[in-house]
Amino acid sequence: MGALEAVILTIITASTPLLLAAVGELVVERSGVLNLGVEGMMVMGAVCGFAAAYTSGSPYLGIAAGITAGIGMSLLFAFLTQSLVSNQVATGLALTLLGLGLSGLIGEAFTGLPGVKLPKIWIPVLTDIPFIGPILFGQDILVYVSIALTIAVAHVLFKTRIGLVIRAVGGNHHSAHALGYNVIAVRYACIAFGGACAGLAGAYLSLAYTPQWIENMTAGRGWIALALVVFSTWLPRRLAIGAYLFGTVWIMGLYVQGLGIGIPSQFLSSLPYLVTIVALVVISGNRTLTKVNTPACIGQPFVPDR
Amino acid sequence: MKLILEKRQEHSQAMAYLSPVIAIALTVVIGGIIFALRGLNPFEALFIYFIEPVTTLWSLEELAVKAAPLVLIGVGLAICFTANVWNIGAEGQLTAGALLGSAIPILFTGWQSPLTLVAMLVLGAVGGALFAAIPALLKNRFGANEILTSLMLVYVAQLLLDWLVRGPWRDPKGFNFPKSVTFEDWQLLPTFGDGRVHLGAVFAVIAALVLAVVMARTLKGFEVRVIGNAPRAGAFAGFSRNKMVLFCFLLSGGLAGLAGICEVAGPGGHLQPNVSPGYGFTAIIVAFLGRLNPVGVLFAGVLLGISYLGGEAAQVTLGISDKMAQVFQGMLLFFILACDTLILYRIKLLFGSQLRQVPAE
Amino acid sequence: MRKLLAIAVGLAMTLAVSAAGAADKLKIGFIYVGPVGDHGWTYQHDQGRLAIEKAFGDKVETTFVEKVAEGPDAERAITRLARQGAGLIFTTSFGFMDPTIKVAKRFPKVKFEHATGFKRADNVATYSSRFYEGRYVIGQIAAKMSKSGVAGYVASFPIPEVVRGINAFMLGAQSINPDFKVKVVWVNSWFDPGKEADAAKVMIGQGADIITQHTDSTAPLQIAQEQGAVGFGQASDMMKFAPKAQLTAIIDDWSEYYVNRTKAALDGSWKADDTWGGMGDKMVVMAAFTNMPDDVKKMAEETTAKITSGEFHPFTGPIYKQDGSLAVKEGEVLDDGVLLGMNWYVKGIDDKLPN
Repeated sequence: MGALEAVILTIITASTPLLLAAVGELVVERSGVLNLGVEGMMVMGAVCGFAAAYTSGSPYLGIAAGITAGIGMSLLFAFLTQSLVSNQVATGLALTLLGLGLSGLIGEAFTGLPGVKLPKIWIPVLTDIPFIGPILFGQDILVYVSIALTIAVAHVLFKTRIGLVIRAVGGNHHSAHALGYNVIAVRYACIAFGGACAGLAGAYLSLAYTPQWIENMTAGRGWIALALVVFSTWLPRRLAIGAYLFGTVWIMGLYVQGLGIGIPSQFLSSLPYLVTIVALVVISGNRTLTKVNTPACIGQPFVPDR
Repeated sequence: MKLILEKRQEHSQAMAYLSPVIAIALTVVIGGIIFALRGLNPFEALFIYFIEPVTTLWSLEELAVKAAPLVLIGVGLAICFTANVWNIGAEGQLTAGALLGSAIPILFTGWQSPLTLVAMLVLGAVGGALFAAIPALLKNRFGANEILTSLMLVYVAQLLLDWLVRGPWRDPKGFNFPKSVTFEDWQLLPTFGDGRVHLGAVFAVIAALVLAVVMARTLKGFEVRVIGNAPRAGAFAGFSRNKMVLFCFLLSGGLAGLAGICEVAGPGGHLQPNVSPGYGFTAIIVAFLGRLNPVGVLFAGVLLGISYLGGEAAQVTLGISDKMAQVFQGMLLFFILACDTLILYRIKLLFGSQLRQVPAE
Repeated sequence: MRKLLAIAVGLAMTLAVSAAGAADKLKIGFIYVGPVGDHGWTYQHDQGRLAIEKAFGDKVETTFVEKVAEGPDAERAITRLARQGAGLIFTTSFGFMDPTIKVAKRFPKVKFEHATGFKRADNVATYSSRFYEGRYVIGQIAAKMSKSGVAGYVASFPIPEVVRGINAFMLGAQSINPDFKVKVVWVNSWFDPGKEADAAKVMIGQGADIITQHTDSTAPLQIAQEQGAVGFGQASDMMKFAPKAQLTAIIDDWSEYYVNRTKAALDGSWKADDTWGGMGDKMVVMAAFTNMPDDVKKMAEETTAKITSGEFHPFTGPIYKQDGSLAVKEGEVLDDGVLLGMNWYVKGIDDKLPN
């Protein structure tokens, strides 16, 4: 295996969980809701995914459990922010906190156990093509799911009636309500979708990335996913680019170290965060870019008048 | 069944005081159930968690040590959040404050003067404020989301500290271990009682009281509330949103930086790769638990301190996992947020027969 | 309210009584830096704690506090154990050094044991383990097994212990293949499986076919197995995570030491001394040598035996530093003081240390 091929393969696995979690959050934010609890939902997805896969022996059941856990957590958030109109920022933070604690508690029985690894796809002939084969046709199923999901979200958001409703609800909930759409119900659905994606991303970590359960194993990836959504200016296509860009910076930091050049590792480790900040500044500074796509109602509570 | 919110004519004063109490009660009840499910005596466990930490002088002093940074950071964040400014990176500002404040004992080892400590504290606050100014300026100049930039900067600050104490600022006599020189007596905060409670606790109380007065009695406090609640009205009144963002970040960052240097020059005694067990993040809960009211934050900081001490005691006496304390804190915040709804709204549950009488929405 | 108060008082009394009842037992407390479930550093210390319970049964009672932050929190946690009647307290991370010394001053009758530090007192002993002995052995195995002649080293933080490990590994490898290369990637964490895995993958891509690590998770070894490389377990036997890739593992075994110290505390022979134990003291144990040809296995066993008996020291000269200067003359052995604070690489390592 060549060095370039190895690097590309590593970048793909590093970027996939970010893309999965971020594409869900993108839909949530398009509907006008800011859920900062991605990290908490993700870590719950990781522990539940591991637990189910370990107990049953099937990684696919693990994936299902991860998604379910993510949805469960997100519904808690939805109930508070939508039904009880609590502050979204605070509730999202509480969700992260709860998720980290609860996952540690659940995971106590599962630390130090070898996990069940999600197999990689093997298509005869195609996967055997040098260089391109393993990269395009030799990934695990969730890599393809993450790409397909991004394309599907782009399609639904901009080409279908459902997408129109979601964007209407996020753009101006009062008019959407006046037009007869059930704002709260739409947001519930979007939040649940976001939870499912975050849970899936978590399950990817504990089933495919590093098949094991370790406390706090998301290590801040949920926050990166949130930053990516802003970076993407709420466009799925740009989100995919952002996720892979971040993955590349992340891996290059390690790659450069392996070359033995002697740049302080702390600097290389902080590079992805600095790049994220710069990216946020550049994207946000371009007002025309952000103005068009920013969901106008993001973070604002909605209470239907009777 | 259907849940309906009905807006109250005015804020319910009674609920404003009752909601934290209800939230704590709910947390205790659910916590008790969790303990019972795990086969523990819920009364004993709850006693150890919430009562034992306040039964001895020693644990009260430890409580002051633990609560001081939480309150100091929490009051600053409370002002931010009231103004709808979202500083999530207090942990990074704390680290920056600890860093800059420690520059004096590490780089000017010999400077012995009553001013040494003062300079350290001032530099600590300045360090935190400057570091907090970055997300504020990025927000004002470029519209970059401050939640995310302030959070990313936490990692940057921690890695910078890590590099310093493992490299240039390492104790030359410390066998190359990641640790700065140990501070001398004149570089340490005065302490009270058994020698653990330090000046930081006093700062925390002062900060809470001063900010309570500012918020209740001054134009600045009014401005914070107007910009937070009704940004458009604030703009009409001539209040600048940008200036408010900068003010909030400088204030909360400065307080976080002060908390940072107090940790290092107080119970720490030297700089090391990790100066805080996540105080900057926990302070976010403290701010909300205190209902964004500076005096409330004071109580909230103490309550959270109790849950930490209790969590530790429960580990030693009952062998309960430390994650339980984290779950408690998450639950508490959830219940607080849910109960806050009661202040602004009346909650009505409609059942089958009543539902039909409600006109379709 | 009165009823609640009665319950509270009752509970306080039961607690007091149970504390008094246990007075004749030796209470032993442990302060851990990580979660007991990390399957690495803290897990191994907890295995040692369990070994004490097994060996002494009713005569002792053990407790622990996990995930204690290195700083003010540590001082409180240690004090709590001392206040609750612990007679012997093990603090198991370098960052607990100053807090341990401070608390020890206030509780002169309590015996303290601090791992990996260098400050001692009348009632504070220190102990550490010569893991580097194991690293020399795996360095030799690596050089024998590698086809590319390049190993990838996933490292945590540039502290002397880790640097010492890298050097010992390199010296072992050079004793077999003088041109052997070691790549080092610092992940700035003891525990971030994702990043450790990425580091391992990157180095395999750069030509390493041996992966070794000084971080706690099993991820690098699992990656080695997945990508057809081989590697070594860290802290505990990780065979079940990578049955095809683990050549051996360096196991931290604190059981023997902990049991001995408890015995000494019970019979009154405990002294505040410094223990730096290695293979000879059973503190460093090699897991079974697997997935390798018989001749390599034989060599590894021989080296292990020589180090165990004290016949051979991994840091025996001539040793050259990275810049080419002579660090140890032929036939001499690097002294413990230099080893303890080691912050330079031996010749041939492809990395620079921060200064």
